[in-house]
Amino acid sequence: MFITVKLTVLLLGLSFCYGRRRYHFDEEPQPVRASKYGSLWPLPQAVKISEQSFKLIKNSFAIVDSKESSAGPSCSPLQDAYYRYYDYMFGSAKHRGLSENRPGGPAELSELQVWITSPDSECDSLPSVSSDESYELSVDQPYAILKAPKVWGALRGLETFSQLVYEDEYGTKTINSTAISDFPRFAHRGILLDTSRHFLPVKIILATLETMAMNKFNVFHWHIVDDPSFPYMSHTFPQLSKQGAYHPYTHVYTATDVQMVIEFARLRGIRVIPEFDTPGHTESWGNGQKDLLTPCYSGSAPSGSFGPVNPILNTTYDFMNKLFQEISTVFPDAYIHLGGDEVDFSCWKSNPDIQKFMDQQGFGKDYSKLESFYIQRLLDIVTTTKKGYMVWQEVFDNGVKLKPDTVVHVWINDGSNEIGKVTAAGYATILSAPWYLDYISYGQDWKNYYKVEPLNFNGTEAQKKLVVGGEACLWGEYVDATNLTPRLWPRASAVAERLWSSKDVTDINDAFSRLSMHRCRMVERGIPAEPLVTGYCTHEYRGI
Amino acid sequence: MFITVKLTVLLLGLSFCYGRRRYHFDEEPQPVRASKYGSLWPLPQAVKISEQSFKLIKNSFAIVDSKESSAGPSCSPLQDAYYRYYDYMFGSAKHRGLSENRPGGPAELSELQVWITSPDSECDSLPSVSSDESYELSVDQPYAILKAPKVWGALRGLETFSQLVYEDEYGTKTINSTAISDFPRFAHRGILLDTSRHFLPVKIILATLETMAMNKFNVFHWHIVDDPSFPYMSHTFPQLSKQGAYHPYTHVYTATDVQMVIEFARLRGIRVIPEFDTPGHTESWGNGQKDLLTPCYSGSAPSGSFGPVNPILNTTYDFMNKLFQEISTVFPDAYIHLGGDEVDFSCWKSNPDIQKFMDQQGFGKDYSKLESFYIQRLLDIVTTTKKGYMVWQEVFDNGVKLKPDTVVHVWINDGSNEIGKVTAAGYATILSAPWYLDYISYGQDWKNYYKVEPLNFNVETRYNYPHLERN
Repeated sequence: MFITVKLTVLLLGLSFCYGRRRYHFDEEPQPVRASKYGSLWPLPQAVKISEQSFKLIKNSFAIVDSKESSAGPSCSPLQDAYYRYYDYMFGSAKHRGLSENRPGGPAELSELQVWITSPDSECDSLPSVSSDESYELSVDQPYAILKAPKVWGALRGLETFSQLVYEDEYGTKTINSTAISDFPRFAHRGILLDTSRHFLPVKIILATLETMAMNKFNVFHWHIVDDPSFPYMSHTFPQLSKQGAYHPYTHVYTATDVQMVIEFARLRGIRVIPEFDTPGHTESWGNGQKDLLTPCYSGSAPSGSFGPVNPILNTTYDFMNKLFQEISTVFPDAYIHLGGDEVDFSCWKSNPDIQKFMDQQGFGKDYSKLESFYIQRLLDIVTTTKKGYMVWQEVFDNGVKLKPDTVVHVWINDGSNEIGKVTAAGYATILSAPWYLDYISYGQDWKNYYKVEPLNFNGTEAQKKLVVGGEACLWGEYVDATNLTPRLWPRASAVAERLWSSKDVTDINDAFSRLSMHRCRMVERGIPAEPLVTGYCTHEYRGI
Repeated sequence: MFITVKLTVLLLGLSFCYGRRRYHFDEEPQPVRASKYGSLWPLPQAVKISEQSFKLIKNSFAIVDSKESSAGPSCSPLQDAYYRYYDYMFGSAKHRGLSENRPGGPAELSELQVWITSPDSECDSLPSVSSDESYELSVDQPYAILKAPKVWGALRGLETFSQLVYEDEYGTKTINSTAISDFPRFAHRGILLDTSRHFLPVKIILATLETMAMNKFNVFHWHIVDDPSFPYMSHTFPQLSKQGAYHPYTHVYTATDVQMVIEFARLRGIRVIPEFDTPGHTESWGNGQKDLLTPCYSGSAPSGSFGPVNPILNTTYDFMNKLFQEISTVFPDAYIHLGGDEVDFSCWKSNPDIQKFMDQQGFGKDYSKLESFYIQRLLDIVTTTKKGYMVWQEVFDNGVKLKPDTVVHVWINDGSNEIGKVTAAGYATILSAPWYLDYISYGQDWKNYYKVEPLNFNVETRYNYPHLERN
């Protein structure tokens, strides 16, 4: 009897996938050894923190433009950020901050000056892949200085400054003398949200943008429409959302919603890249646009169901032309994502008109040639809008002729082979393959995301430079506003550091210490980021 | 090139665990065919819904006690529930509900009468495992009637009634003529929450109880303390939480918190069964109670770390006696969960005093005998409090002598073998093994939980385990 029990216990300890124990001995809460970098996340390129500390008093501390700064009161990203970061740092502060002069207590730091050094601050510009996000931060007497060529670096530096503030044992806001010099390793650091599988109310999109800024993400990849629903209200084709959205009034993004998202993002140095994915993933498009999708055939008669976009009709390209003209004006970023993934050929194969077309074009039985035929014409259309485009890797894999500034989005398997091929062909690429955050599993999977090294592939230095960054993807099959935030954060934070920090920032224990604190900070700021492992935050999440 | 892509696509479609696709063809949204049972959950034992419908108008609809009911205005679970379900049903209703008489429109249903038929409604009692949760619901003119022997059945029936209400195409609250006869298949339907690995603010516990009621769950298994933290404020041993909680002020459950949870639960027909798990899972207990845990040894000297509760000291049993006297008064349910799982023997083995004790007792090298020695004494202590107890399955597996009304909690592997053994020995059992919801995975895993059939086990013949039989 007892032997059976012991054997069972042994087998249980070994068979993780099948067995279930409530206390996994490999998951004992790690004693958290404090990092010398405190709670900084992502870790800046160069950090020096000294022992000397200063106190910050709520009623006398101010974030101001320095006299020499090229940005002033009209710079909305900065003014907005001053208010936001003041609130982050002092929002929870209890005392109204009468100067308490404790004998031998720390000196007061009463000012953070922000100095935009370049004549063109870019306050009124849109962020782009070539934006300068570098900054220098010096925390010292008589005041702290944040220097950055552009407003984008100042935004990053303000977040860093707010992360240096902590409470001492008296509850006083404190900061140590610090010198930081920082810039991102990769220029494209994105989050993909899917608003087709589930409609996401605008509030949750804004909350995500807010949290992205806390993690120095700078691209919101808005996978806005897909098979299940079409929530984008098009003024050129109003029937698309009228008939394609889950509900034409309550489950749509109006023009105002879209502009709100874009400006909210811009104020945080975040680009908004919309994805209108074709020719596959378009089922909901057909509801409001007859003849757009290919009618599938059962034998010699239409079966009643529809497949990908119909590539052989002129009306298709006329539609795409008008739609993408609209998209290029509504979404101001320099790039649009055109999709081009997972095209199911079976419907095309069943359709006699398409078969005829295939013969005429000499494509034989190779339907990826038909797919490329469509994509090529789509790319030519989009080129006339003067936008650059991003495409999923299949478009590249199928040999489509791409413009030199195309960005190829790698998502299949672990991606390292593909990155090699794409960069060898001279195209810029971004990596998502190892960062599909919708794939949840039990345990500390953030570590897997953290351990990815995007440049781990065989290639030249020139090739490695073509890897402009990556995106964490949160596909929406199992995600809506009820679970989005805990599922994204802090797992996406692991990706944030991998894309911002230096390549040699790989100490997982140090990361654990900083990330635990960073997670509690997000909770304090009202973001229900889920826990990493057993433990606690001084201020727990209470909102339900 | 294209062949490689196609092969890759093929392999991807097959290799779920490794491959990642954004649109799994086996996960195409299933066209949802409306059920003839509407949105009822869980499905009652007997349901008959007819075509005839009635409208419900916010300002004229009322849930009332029937004249013959043994429960009245002083029955707090019912009065509380009337308010709550009215709010659920009409909270989102836009119009203030002036009677709109649409020609040919449905007749109005203006009243739901609640009739507790038993002389003792149990309104002021605690729910127990033998509580009667049965009810009958008749939705018809001139008024709907909810009949139940006890208040518990009425609570279940109110939830069911609220699930029958829907909005027609005009936005009018509507309900169809319905006849339902219902009772639960299993009497113990619980949720376990763990407030030691992470502190859970009281609000989220209350929200969980509220949602449990919507799902007809009736047991809150409060795994309140464990290794990482001790948030329970004991008045007998205040140092336990003062030194064992994550924070002695912000991360504790005060006496008021505990009573609030218990009453909030009671009003929803939910029992609160606390678990104070020993002798393992007790690391945080040692912070505020010196000498409770076993000092581990490194060679011949203490290593500085501690293991399970020390089973060889009289002070241990004195402490447990006092603590469980308190627990038995603070938590009014008839049962307490005593844990008894996952005891790691390595610390005991390292301790010379324990080794000596093992020799004295003639336990040899069998430390599960020492574990049973402790558990036996603990059970005897708890018996004096007049509570029944629940234990994790290891206690049964180790051959400890259990009282006949012990409930054995099966959690290891899929549980079907164990259930057979436990029930063969004559003990009541509850099943958790296939329902560890903390084990998340990608996809519609609710289906796996749904497909479990708790009574799918082979009944072991009694003579295989004579030493485990009830006495």
